[in-house]
Amino acid sequence: MFRNLIAFPLLALVVIVQSAVISNITLLSGYADIMLVVLAAWSLKSEAHTAWLWAILGGGMVAFVSGIPWPIVIVGYLFVVYLSNLLRNRIWQAPLLALISVTFLGSLVMNLFVLVSLNLLGRPLPFGESIGLVILPSILLNLLFAVPVYVIIRDLAKWVNQLPEKE
Amino acid sequence: MNFKNFEKYLSTTIIFFITGGILVLAFGGYLGRASRGLSSSLVDTQTWFATRYIAIQDFLGAPRDITSLRQNNAELEAEVSRLQSQLIELQQKVGETEILAALLDFSRSNPESTYKGAAVVGRDPSPFLHYIIINRGSNDGILRGMPVVDSQGLIGRVDAVVADASRVQLITDPATAINVRVQNADTDAILIGSVTGDLSLDLISQEVTVEPGDVVLTSGLGGGYPPDLIIGQVLNTRKRDIELFQQASIQPAVDFARLEIVLVITNFRPIDIEPLVPVSNP
Repeated sequence: MFRNLIAFPLLALVVIVQSAVISNITLLSGYADIMLVVLAAWSLKSEAHTAWLWAILGGGMVAFVSGIPWPIVIVGYLFVVYLSNLLRNRIWQAPLLALISVTFLGSLVMNLFVLVSLNLLGRPLPFGESIGLVILPSILLNLLFAVPVYVIIRDLAKWVNQLPEKE
Repeated sequence: MNFKNFEKYLSTTIIFFITGGILVLAFGGYLGRASRGLSSSLVDTQTWFATRYIAIQDFLGAPRDITSLRQNNAELEAEVSRLQSQLIELQQKVGETEILAALLDFSRSNPESTYKGAAVVGRDPSPFLHYIIINRGSNDGILRGMPVVDSQGLIGRVDAVVADASRVQLITDPATAINVRVQNADTDAILIGSVTGDLSLDLISQEVTVEPGDVVLTSGLGGGYPPDLIIGQVLNTRKRDIELFQQASIQPAVDFARLEIVLVITNFRPIDIEPLVPVSNP
C-alpha cells in the first residue's frame, strides 16, 4: 500500500523532465506529453483505483507548471485513464496494442479537448494549424515514447503491486 | 721428456702465430678476394641468424607489447575524454560569459530600468501555450506583469509567480497582443503571436508604407510594457484593398528556441486600464 506513494516523487520527476527536456524536443510545433504516456501505461498495468488517483495527482502537478487551467488538464488525464480501463478489458491479451491504442486515442482526445477549451476561454487558436502543426506531431512523439515508458512502468507496477512475503 | 714438452709448446705457439697472422692479414684486406668472400659469407650468415632471431623475439614479445600499447591507448583515451569534457565545460562558461556580458551591455545602455537576472529552467508542458519558467520568484521581488527582456530585445512578461519561480508568457504566445510602433514608418500597430510561434503585426493603417527591415518597438500604449523595447524587424507585408488594415510578418530579434538567461525589469509596474475602459449600459 505504502509503495503507491512512489507516485509523488515519480510524477514530480515526470513533470520536471517534461518541462526541462521534453518540451524542448519539438516536431514542427508539437512535443510529447510524457505524463499522458505514463498515466496510460500505469492504468494498463495497475489496479484501476490507483490509476484515477495518479491521474488527479499528475494533472494537478502539470497544471501547477502549465498555463492551462487545472480543470482542463485533470479532466483530460482522467479521460485517458477511463479510455485505458475501457481498452484494457477489451484487448487485455495484447498489452502493447492496448498501450498504442490508448496513447493514440488519449493524445488525440486530450489535445482536441485542450484546443476547444482554450478557444472557449478566448485564446485564438486556429483549428487547422493546431491540428496539423501541433496535435499530429505531438501524437507521433507520444507514440515514440510509449514503448520505453511502458517498459519502465511495467517493472514499477510489478514492484508496487508485489504482495508482502508472509513470515 | 723435457725436450718433447718443449717441442709441443713450440709447435702450439707457432700454430697460434700463423693463425693469428692469417687473421690479421685477412682482416687487414691483404688476402684479397678469398678474404672478402669469407667475410661476406660470415656477415650474410650472421645477418640471416640475426633476422630470424629478431623475428622470433618480436613474435614472442608481441603480446606483451600489444597489452602495454592497449593500456597506453586506454590511458590516452581517458586523457582525451577528460580534456574534451574540460573543453566543453570551458565552452559553456565562455557562452555564459558572453550572454552575461551582452546582458550587462544591455542594462548599461538602458540605465533607466533596474533588472533582475534569471535562468530559464523550463517550458510549458502544453505545446499550445508559449510560456517559460524562470528561477526567480516573489522572494526576489518579482511581480506579475513585469516585462522580461534579454540583450536582443523583448521576451514577454511575468504571468504567474511563486516563491522561487515565475512563469513568463512569451510574446510569441497566441494570446499575446502588444501595442507596438514601426519605427521607420512612424505608425502604431498590434503585435500578435501564434500557435506556431510566428509573430505578425495587425491594424496597420492602409495609408502607411511599411518596408521589410523596418524595426518594431514597443509603443508603451496601454501601460502593459515600457516603450522602446526592441521586438524585431518587418519581414514582409500583406496589403489588400478590400481590407481595412494591412498586416506584416515579423522576424523576432530574440531566438526563442535558445533562451538561457533573461532579465526581469523590476522597476516597471503595468498599468491596469480596465477601470478606464467605458462600459456600455443597457
